Amino acid sequence: MSAIRDANLAPVPEFDTRIKERHARGKRRLALFLAATLFSVLSLGTLIASIVNDAFGYVLLENTVEPETLAPGGNFAALDKVELVEILRANVSRRFLMKLDSDAPLADRPKDDLIDLVRTEVVDPVVKKTWNLSDSLLHGKGIVAWAAQNSPKGHVEFRSWLNADFVRRSQASVAIDAGVRGAAFGSFLTILITILFAFPIGIGAAIYLEEYAGDTRLNRIIQTNIYNLAGVPSIIYGMLGLAIFVRGMEPITSGALFGAVADPSTANGRTIFSAGLTLALLILPVIIINAQEALRAVPASLRYSSYAVGATRWQTIWHHVLPASMDRILTGTVLAVSRAVGETAPLVVVGAPAFLTQDPTGIFSKFTTLPIQIYQWTARPQAEFRNAAAAAILVLLALLMTLNASAILLRNHYRKNKRLG
Amino acid sequence: MNERETAPKLISLSQKTRTGETAIYAFLFFCATVSILTTLGIVLTLGKEAVNFFKTVSPFTFLTGTKWQPAIDQFGILPLLNSTLMTSLIAMAVALPLGLSVAVYLSEYAPDRVREILKPVLEVLAGVPTVVYGYFALTAVTPFLRSVFGSDTVEIYNTASAGLVMGVLILPLIASMCEDALGSVPGSLREAAYAMGATKLEVATQIVVPAAFSGIAAAFIMGLSRAVGETMIVSLAAGAGSALTFNPFKAAETMTGHIVRISGGDLSYDSMDYNSLFAIGLLLFLITLGLNVLSRRIIKKYREVYE
Amino acid sequence: MTMKDVGTNSAIKLSFDPATETKNALEFKNVDIFYGDFRAVKELSMTFEKQKVTAIIGPSGCGKSTALRAINRMNELLPGARMTGEVLFHGINIYDPAVDASEVRRWIGMVFQKPNPFSKTIYENVAWGARINGYKGDMEELVENSLKAVYLWDEVKDKLKQSALALSGGQQQRLCIARAVSVKPEILLMDEPTSALDPISTSRIEDLLEELKQRYTIIIVTHNMQQAGRVSDYTGFFLTGDLVEYAPTKELFFNPKDKRTENYISGRFG
Repeated sequence: MSAIRDANLAPVPEFDTRIKERHARGKRRLALFLAATLFSVLSLGTLIASIVNDAFGYVLLENTVEPETLAPGGNFAALDKVELVEILRANVSRRFLMKLDSDAPLADRPKDDLIDLVRTEVVDPVVKKTWNLSDSLLHGKGIVAWAAQNSPKGHVEFRSWLNADFVRRSQASVAIDAGVRGAAFGSFLTILITILFAFPIGIGAAIYLEEYAGDTRLNRIIQTNIYNLAGVPSIIYGMLGLAIFVRGMEPITSGALFGAVADPSTANGRTIFSAGLTLALLILPVIIINAQEALRAVPASLRYSSYAVGATRWQTIWHHVLPASMDRILTGTVLAVSRAVGETAPLVVVGAPAFLTQDPTGIFSKFTTLPIQIYQWTARPQAEFRNAAAAAILVLLALLMTLNASAILLRNHYRKNKRLG
Repeated sequence: MNERETAPKLISLSQKTRTGETAIYAFLFFCATVSILTTLGIVLTLGKEAVNFFKTVSPFTFLTGTKWQPAIDQFGILPLLNSTLMTSLIAMAVALPLGLSVAVYLSEYAPDRVREILKPVLEVLAGVPTVVYGYFALTAVTPFLRSVFGSDTVEIYNTASAGLVMGVLILPLIASMCEDALGSVPGSLREAAYAMGATKLEVATQIVVPAAFSGIAAAFIMGLSRAVGETMIVSLAAGAGSALTFNPFKAAETMTGHIVRISGGDLSYDSMDYNSLFAIGLLLFLITLGLNVLSRRIIKKYREVYE
Repeated sequence: MTMKDVGTNSAIKLSFDPATETKNALEFKNVDIFYGDFRAVKELSMTFEKQKVTAIIGPSGCGKSTALRAINRMNELLPGARMTGEVLFHGINIYDPAVDASEVRRWIGMVFQKPNPFSKTIYENVAWGARINGYKGDMEELVENSLKAVYLWDEVKDKLKQSALALSGGQQQRLCIARAVSVKPEILLMDEPTSALDPISTSRIEDLLEELKQRYTIIIVTHNMQQAGRVSDYTGFFLTGDLVEYAPTKELFFNPKDKRTENYISGRFG
């Protein structure tokens, strides 16, 4: 007998489909999904707005010595160098004057330098209070009035914490005088070391794994190991760098082996060299994985046609496979490098000094980097250092944006010229 | 006429290896082994110093002690571990629902033009350095929380602020992993669901998301691992003293925050403080490694189902 | 079926007015289907008789799947697909803006070429469709009956809570048929349902069709002419978007009126 006829499949369906309700529920849920998406976009906007907000605004300054008492109308540019040096001599301690002179003779310094010195050391404006951008724009008059009442000696001026001086100057103990020059320089040299080591080794490892390695147990272990390393927290790399590069390889990383240190007993492995190597290890797995994917994307037929004319494996790789995959490799490397530029934790562990005023002179110098500078300023209790940190963040973000934009440009450029799919 | 008396030379067809090729091969192999050396380095470094530490403090005390005060020789990891878990769980409570929602929207609803804007935004969010997030947590989120809940309830350093901002940091990672998982669900499943009279929401939430479940689980675990290892946000916003508390509005130092604070100061090698860092580091390494291995194993198993 | 009853919250209100009922379950009226600029189906007018199996045959790319998917509005899921003309179900044009596509798909079910069970348990695969459509009856009974209807019940009754993906290809396809009938449609569309299966599973499903047509109108697309000959009552031959010939199956195969039909059947192209 037919199962259909026996089955309880009555022709009149007993379904309450409630279609309108279900569609309405769908719309409500879609609104939730959109809200989540909006939240992500808004967080980015809020983040950036908050930083910009802190990087500009009114400051209430009180001068230790009023410029008008030193020069007519407070106009230092009208004075000549001899007069400027005289002002310094009259107002600054002898010790400090001698130090300035030994750094670079005062008489030989450019005039702008001297004016700068007079401003920072003699006039010496002290920050009493800062306001952020939104307050400054919305309550400007109120602020000026408040300042006039509570601080008759002081004056309020609108300050962009991110200005030419900021980039020009180095670290200082007073926020208003501080700048990121040393940090930027340190970042630059450190990343140079990182790229120098991570790029060739990373590409080399990727080439080995994709082009040479058979499916042996050792190679599988290497592959799994690389994936695991990519997920290790960056601070662990810092500890590795501390133990191996700073301590273990101290003669090399401090430069003592190369005769770069005057007194071997003060040799310290906490140098740019160590920092660069630590970051290189950090981004190595990412570079390898990315390069492997790029190599894998090159069609096998390209290799075969090269072998078919008698080329060796390395010739094939060097002349055909690498050029075909270089766009993806470079893009991925630039992105990895931009990640390294933003890293803080491992370098703090490796040993960035808490306060460094001198510019690094080479890879065996003590170091600080932009992110570390931001970290240290943010952690300071004085409110003005928040503003300085915000300005430094803007510098860092601008730098990263440039790096990432060039990665995208690179990718687009290569993609246009590519003849393979 | 001269005739050749000698036999013709045999041409050997075996592969000619030039010494250059061998040298290159050796170099490339060395490059690959650098990664093994790195892992060995991590394991040995952490292990050796941690062993030194465990000579003085027993692992049992370390793992079960509820006070971390090196000054008075108290080395119980629980306060630091608790704070790490709290910030991580708060972060995941933000990142998982939001990240999954974004992924569902991107995968099932969004038109191409919207995707082209959204995906770069997410990439930018993921690319912001963590120290910038830390700054944001300390200078913007904490004051906001204080204004909402009152400055008596919310301390200047607290784990809630750090956790929330970490959530925003991890959100793009979760969103992109979940989107990959949702995208791998075959279109035929969606077709079958539509053919039964399902609405778009029903197809997305009752058929596609459950089908992608292991990919989503893997994303969650990967995100958790990232949160556990995160340093700068908690260092700046969560506080500088260890405290065993379940109140997210109080300050409590995390494992990573502690490591960074101690090594940022004056540290003499071979002191107890120095060695304790490596014990913490070892625990951190094992936790994140375990989570990552678990996550990848789930992804591998999941891939087998559909191929 | 009056217009104002269609698309309301409760399907129970729908009733068929005997006065307007014909012997046709479905009718195409001058339908053109476009993908972008490409006209996949040209001026199609065709009727399908109730509780009969109608086969649609033709070479690859002739538009037969496209025509089939127009019946349950599945073409709408593809961006760039457009249609002109009417598809009449009980006299109502299912493409009328007042008609909800999701409702149509409950009345008209579909089985696909490659078995595509959900990644759920066997029980859930059958129950899910009924549940979202607001089934008011005994769910366990419905699942059992649906599985019995495809002769799968005895094979799976002890493993209802296991994943459907663990079943064999033939079993999965029968599960998909069970799933389709669980929401009690009137018409079953089948898009090459056995082309991915082995011969034994294929013949089991073909036997099933003989029974299913007692309850459902079945429209089956197949590129296997012998299958069309075995299972169908009517056959339509499509060629590059045109319905070339449409006749009772025996007539079409033994006495084709169009030369092109004859060439296709005798294997001169395809």
